[in-house]
Amino acid sequence: MIRRTLLILIIATLFLPFLPLLVWSVAQGWYFPQLVPQQGTGAHWAAVVAPGSRVLQGFGQSLVIAALSTALALAVGLPAGRALGLMAFPGKGAIKLVLLLPIIVSPLATLMGIQFVLIRLGLNGTLAGVVLVHLLPTIPYMTLVLSSVYANFDTGYEAQARSLGATPTQVLWQVTLPLIAPGIVVGALFAFLISWNEFLLTFFVGGGRVLTLPMILFTSLQGGNQGLTAAIAVTSVIPALIFLLFSSRALQDDAAIGGLGDV
Amino acid sequence: MTPAARLKNARWAGLRDVSWRAYLLVLPALSLVLLLFGGGLGLAFLQSVGLLGLTGDGSLSLAAYGEALGSSQFWRSLGLSLYIALTTTALSTVLSIGLALLLRGAGRWASFACQLTLPIPHLVGIAGILLLLSPSGLISRLLYTLGWISTDQDFPLLVNDPANIGVMTHFLWKEIPFMTLILLAVLRGIRPELAMQARALGASPWQCFWQVTLPLLQPGIVSASLIVFGFIFGNFEVPFLLGSTYPRTLPILVYQAFTNVDLNQRSVAIALGLLLSLISISLIALYLWLGSGQPFRRRNFGGQR
Repeated sequence: MIRRTLLILIIATLFLPFLPLLVWSVAQGWYFPQLVPQQGTGAHWAAVVAPGSRVLQGFGQSLVIAALSTALALAVGLPAGRALGLMAFPGKGAIKLVLLLPIIVSPLATLMGIQFVLIRLGLNGTLAGVVLVHLLPTIPYMTLVLSSVYANFDTGYEAQARSLGATPTQVLWQVTLPLIAPGIVVGALFAFLISWNEFLLTFFVGGGRVLTLPMILFTSLQGGNQGLTAAIAVTSVIPALIFLLFSSRALQDDAAIGGLGDV
Repeated sequence: MTPAARLKNARWAGLRDVSWRAYLLVLPALSLVLLLFGGGLGLAFLQSVGLLGLTGDGSLSLAAYGEALGSSQFWRSLGLSLYIALTTTALSTVLSIGLALLLRGAGRWASFACQLTLPIPHLVGIAGILLLLSPSGLISRLLYTLGWISTDQDFPLLVNDPANIGVMTHFLWKEIPFMTLILLAVLRGIRPELAMQARALGASPWQCFWQVTLPLLQPGIVSASLIVFGFIFGNFEVPFLLGSTYPRTLPILVYQAFTNVDLNQRSVAIALGLLLSLISISLIALYLWLGSGQPFRRRNFGGQR
């Protein structure tokens, strides 16, 4: 019972920061001593969903950038994950370490170097440039998640299909991919979320012209409108909630995320 | 050739074959990461020593490093960054081990609820912490209603405070669930027979934790706390919005130099950024070296002692 009470307390604490966000997003003139707002309003939400609002545009930009960088990370992560998860070869540890570096080491210096090239290529402050730098964190995470997905994959199914006369392409599309699909979904959601939440990379390479949702929230945080800031913050959480919903089942087997504890 | 030798030859050819295929499969991902990360670092280095860039005459110069290392601001910011990253990583490691052990025996609903902050953007957490802990925040209002404070001036400064309590609160809120998730996964992979065996042989629960569970958990602890340390040390937006106004952390110093109107400051910014990377790489190397012999080798069952 003590354990249960303790857990409920911890979970309540984790939920705590969301409370003022939710209340502020519908509160009007909620001044200091008031514990609950005297007046509610839908104005902040109306401003968020108004046609052509900055928030909606940011939502769209974030969606496109996250989708593109996830797709690219998946394309290179699938083969790499297979090699790292299923095969033994010299230099595997070193390759994993190299893949980890962009996750662990601050990207600031790298960003300033990349920006030098992007400016000359005319990609600084463009969507393509932002997608490119978003690959820095998404490829490593995707590859690591997929490598632990593959580590739990039984290649016997492939051998079986081959011996029954399937071509390698058929094996890939009809045996391998369907079997690892749940892991792919988790990896893709993970990469999508990392790109969606990314602030610093967009801040440096977006040049103030690529305004993703985090950029808009950052600007709003430095302004004074707490109600609107809260509404934007709540909007930013939507993909995360979808992620939790989807992954709650997939995360239960611990295989996908557990890979991160085993690098 | 004897059949045995032929078999051996075939096996070697097979192994070479596997290696080739493996390298080919990793190549796209690896080359993209190397190109972006390594290429970026290389170009940054060339700019920092004046061989490349907008200003300077294109000759080798270490002036930017001299200026970066010579300023007292750099050392103060480094101290602050280390203080925040080390304190928070240590606290969240200890608390995450506790939470993971607590969650092991609890239902799935609890582990799920504890993962709640994991996918939340940092900026959303920052907004929540600001509205919760600032002098006119929710907690301050609660204390006022309870009659514990009479004005918002009485509420202790918890955001943009000199001790960076707001920054550390945010990181703990965000990183404990992350570490717990990793540790819980490792914990669930440890066979319960080992602990049972230890207990049956007369170990106390405490001994069982120190001498059986913790050593088996160690690889997970090392990699999780590494990721957390590296992340906190290099984070920009959290100390920028929640941290002390002076001194500022190293990443903010880099940003300020980079956006300075004086273009000569740009090479100083890049030198600072490279020093930041260098410091975190060497701290990580040191930690790995101290932590465990071969942390990047695959964990074989309990064999890492």
